[in-house]
Amino acid sequence: MGTAIDRFDEKARRTFDSIGRTEVHRGELLRHPVYTRVLHWAVALFFFLALFTGFGIYLPWLFRWFAPIFGGGPLSRILHPYFGVAFVFFFFLQMLNWLAPMLWGPGDTKWIRNIRRVVSGEETLEPPDTGFFNAGQKAMFWEIVVGCTVYLITGIVLWMGARTFGALAVAISYVLHDISAIIMLGGIFIHIYLSTIGEPGTFHSMTRGVVSEAWAWTFHPAWYKKVTGRDPREDYEKARQRQNAPRGPN
Amino acid sequence: MIDRKALQTEKISGHSGPSPGLGMQRDYEVCKLVDTTTCIGCKACEVACVEWNDMPFGVTTFDNTYQTMPETRWNFWNLIKFNEHQREDGTIQWLMRKDQCMHCADPGCLAACPADGAIVKYTNGIVDFNQENCIGCEFCVSGCPFNIPRFNPGTKKVYKCTLCSDRVGEGLEPACIKACPTGCLKFGSKDDMKFIANERARQLKENFGMENAGVYDPQSIGGTHVIYVLHDATDPERYGGLPKNPTIPWSYTIWKWLFKPVLGTFALFGAVGVLLHYVAVGPRRPQPEPPEKEAEHGNGD
Repeated sequence: MGTAIDRFDEKARRTFDSIGRTEVHRGELLRHPVYTRVLHWAVALFFFLALFTGFGIYLPWLFRWFAPIFGGGPLSRILHPYFGVAFVFFFFLQMLNWLAPMLWGPGDTKWIRNIRRVVSGEETLEPPDTGFFNAGQKAMFWEIVVGCTVYLITGIVLWMGARTFGALAVAISYVLHDISAIIMLGGIFIHIYLSTIGEPGTFHSMTRGVVSEAWAWTFHPAWYKKVTGRDPREDYEKARQRQNAPRGPN
Repeated sequence: MIDRKALQTEKISGHSGPSPGLGMQRDYEVCKLVDTTTCIGCKACEVACVEWNDMPFGVTTFDNTYQTMPETRWNFWNLIKFNEHQREDGTIQWLMRKDQCMHCADPGCLAACPADGAIVKYTNGIVDFNQENCIGCEFCVSGCPFNIPRFNPGTKKVYKCTLCSDRVGEGLEPACIKACPTGCLKFGSKDDMKFIANERARQLKENFGMENAGVYDPQSIGGTHVIYVLHDATDPERYGGLPKNPTIPWSYTIWKWLFKPVLGTFALFGAVGVLLHYVAVGPRRPQPEPPEKEAEHGNGD
């Protein structure tokens, strides 16, 4: 089964690479192929469409603000489930695409225990065993996997309503759907922050698909080692010496 | 006996802030009294409801009882439920109950509704649906303890008994009351109807030997504006799904009106948190950081 997923992902990546382009310049590394980027932005688009159509229905205080964006309450109600299904669909493809690098390892538990130093900014260089994704990214990924499952099940119950599933099922789904949304809403701020101004150099991994080598040895040293074959710490030290040297060659 | 006046809203669904004009006029609560002990099951009220509200008469379902159809429909709001109850001594009690919206003092449909103004409760106690504001989410169906709101899949709107708010606003009694031939249906102020209902229950106890006779006006939802006189008030369930202690699901009370705004605000603190982090701790840059002058270069997108 694992191989079937791998073959599917491989084929998709090849197909998308033949359509879209990724330019990798000197000093840069390919981070995300076209397929991953397209999936990411499809997920993002439908996430926000579902979020904003859901916002109006979520709270009475927000109804008059968010319902008009999508042509009023009734249309928001009609569109929201379709946006949600599209979000879950594209994230499902992304899940297949990222299943292998997202698997939890022993280094990840250590990373999570160390999170205080990461947040406080003391940890400038990631530990050497941080691979393609760090534990924070993996935690968010698996939260979305769980969240999407909850969305899908409770969403279908809310969509079809009490006529099909009974009043109790709707009342329970209503709460679970909200909890999932609240967690993802909190998570999206952290995600957007860390991928833009929080960790500069990250954003174009999802636009152009590339990152600088310095970015890679700083944030994902094990991945750097894997793709370049060089030691991340050594290259960092070399870069530091080059920088400290007065007017050295670039 | 009902003043000719505009209906004043008391509660509005999905609405932030008070109901406009609340407290401007004196108003008393209206009430429909259904005496199940004198109902003969003639269904005149069903016909009157269909007539007054100009609803097409749909296909009826025969299921070996006198009941017109199993449940009310989006265009059939008033249904006499026929139930056969076997007493302990083996004799049969034939119960007829007029099923319609109970017009709760604390309406579960209104609490559950997310659409501003789709459900209103007037100061006189009538709970009314405004279909032009309804978004068709059907949360009201799940919020109602009496299983009353009915969805029209064609228009994606929900309908139910209005207690003839259009007639009551004009000083008339509801259509079903007008049609009732036995006086089993009465309409007036809540106080008057409660008085009559209690008197009738006392009469049933004292003169007819029904020691469990009583009035159904469930206080778990603050009372209703449709009250029943029952032969046996200790077991309302036998009248075809009349809950003994109707309640609004927790989802549409404490969750919707307390946890939702509080937790939603917490989620928004995520935005505040990351901005504070940016200001207080600052970004993590790829190492080694370029010298000061080129710092803004590394801060690109």
